[in-house]
Amino acid sequence: MTANISATLKGPSIISALNDAGVQTVVALPDIVTCSGLLWPLREDPNVRLIPVCKEDEGVSICAGLSYCNQRSVLLIQHTGFLDSINAIRAIAVEYQLPIVMLVGLQGMESDGRDPLESDRLGIRIVQPICEAMKLTTYLVDDDVSVGKLSARIEQAYELSQPVVFLISQHPSAD
Amino acid sequence: MLRRDDALKALAAYYTDGIAVGAYQGIFDWMQIRPHPLNYLCTGAMGQASSHGLGIALGAPNEKVVVLDGDGSLLMNLGSLFTIGHAAPGNLVHFVMHNRTYEVNGEFPILDSKILQFEELARIAGYRHSFAFGDIADFKPRIKHILELEGPVFVNLHVKPGESYPRDYVTIHSSESRSVFRKALHARLFGNQQ
Repeated sequence: MTANISATLKGPSIISALNDAGVQTVVALPDIVTCSGLLWPLREDPNVRLIPVCKEDEGVSICAGLSYCNQRSVLLIQHTGFLDSINAIRAIAVEYQLPIVMLVGLQGMESDGRDPLESDRLGIRIVQPICEAMKLTTYLVDDDVSVGKLSARIEQAYELSQPVVFLISQHPSAD
Repeated sequence: MLRRDDALKALAAYYTDGIAVGAYQGIFDWMQIRPHPLNYLCTGAMGQASSHGLGIALGAPNEKVVVLDGDGSLLMNLGSLFTIGHAAPGNLVHFVMHNRTYEVNGEFPILDSKILQFEELARIAGYRHSFAFGDIADFKPRIKHILELEGPVFVNLHVKPGESYPRDYVTIHSSESRSVFRKALHARLFGNQQ
């Protein structure tokens, strides 16, 4: 499959932001948007422990368990897995008010600069409204500027003990 | 066949002071049999106990973590066996209460209960040790050894209900339970009451 690699979204910058935020563990299921630019490089990153999971809701719970131990983690998944994990996210992240930090690739998102709410794909269009209904904070990560705010926003999620969803709309480059 | 509360009482006699993560009827029984601030009650969604247990085991590698799972719950999160087998936390002991029913959901039978051997799945998934017990006389003398093994360890307990313990859903979902656990865990890990 040929991906449209973003010219302004760089995987190493995202990984640096995770390191800056003190993220020690990445819990992940391969996502076509972030696999080459983020997941493969994270596998080689000595600063990060990568925990592969078989299903995304496992990751919600693993991140929850780590948070009780004062360890910071992020869950790297595709939006389809996010949708599949809504009940776990509802209970564990939202109702239990735990700092579950989700990096969610929007698989199939158009690369013409439109907002995910305007996507031709139903599965992408409904992500933000579902987050809004669940009172989940979302941020779009689509360029260097948004990556520059990533570390502080992860810090904030942990300080407030609240979940946060970062929507990655474009394929980050691996270098 | 083991009575579940007999099995849990036998476990509690050896596992007096460690972290226990549980699901549904197993944790309802356990919180009466071994009330303790390091009981992790708030797993949130069915099937997730093993995954919460893995997170805590990875975050607190010097603490023993016991998971008290249900068979219906584990069927809902079978992939977690492979995730745990791959992550291989040496401090995790994963018990499943195999009673062949969705006990708290109307006692409807789980599927294919006659051929289901969780202990074989766990072994294939990479657990270092895997056991099955259906008799208290066999289980009781092995508990100390099981708790001393390097994990991940899996124990399938073929159980029937014992006494009728209250199903305290309010407590297992309460913010107070989470706060009590967090404080106790931090005191254990960091030596203070954060």
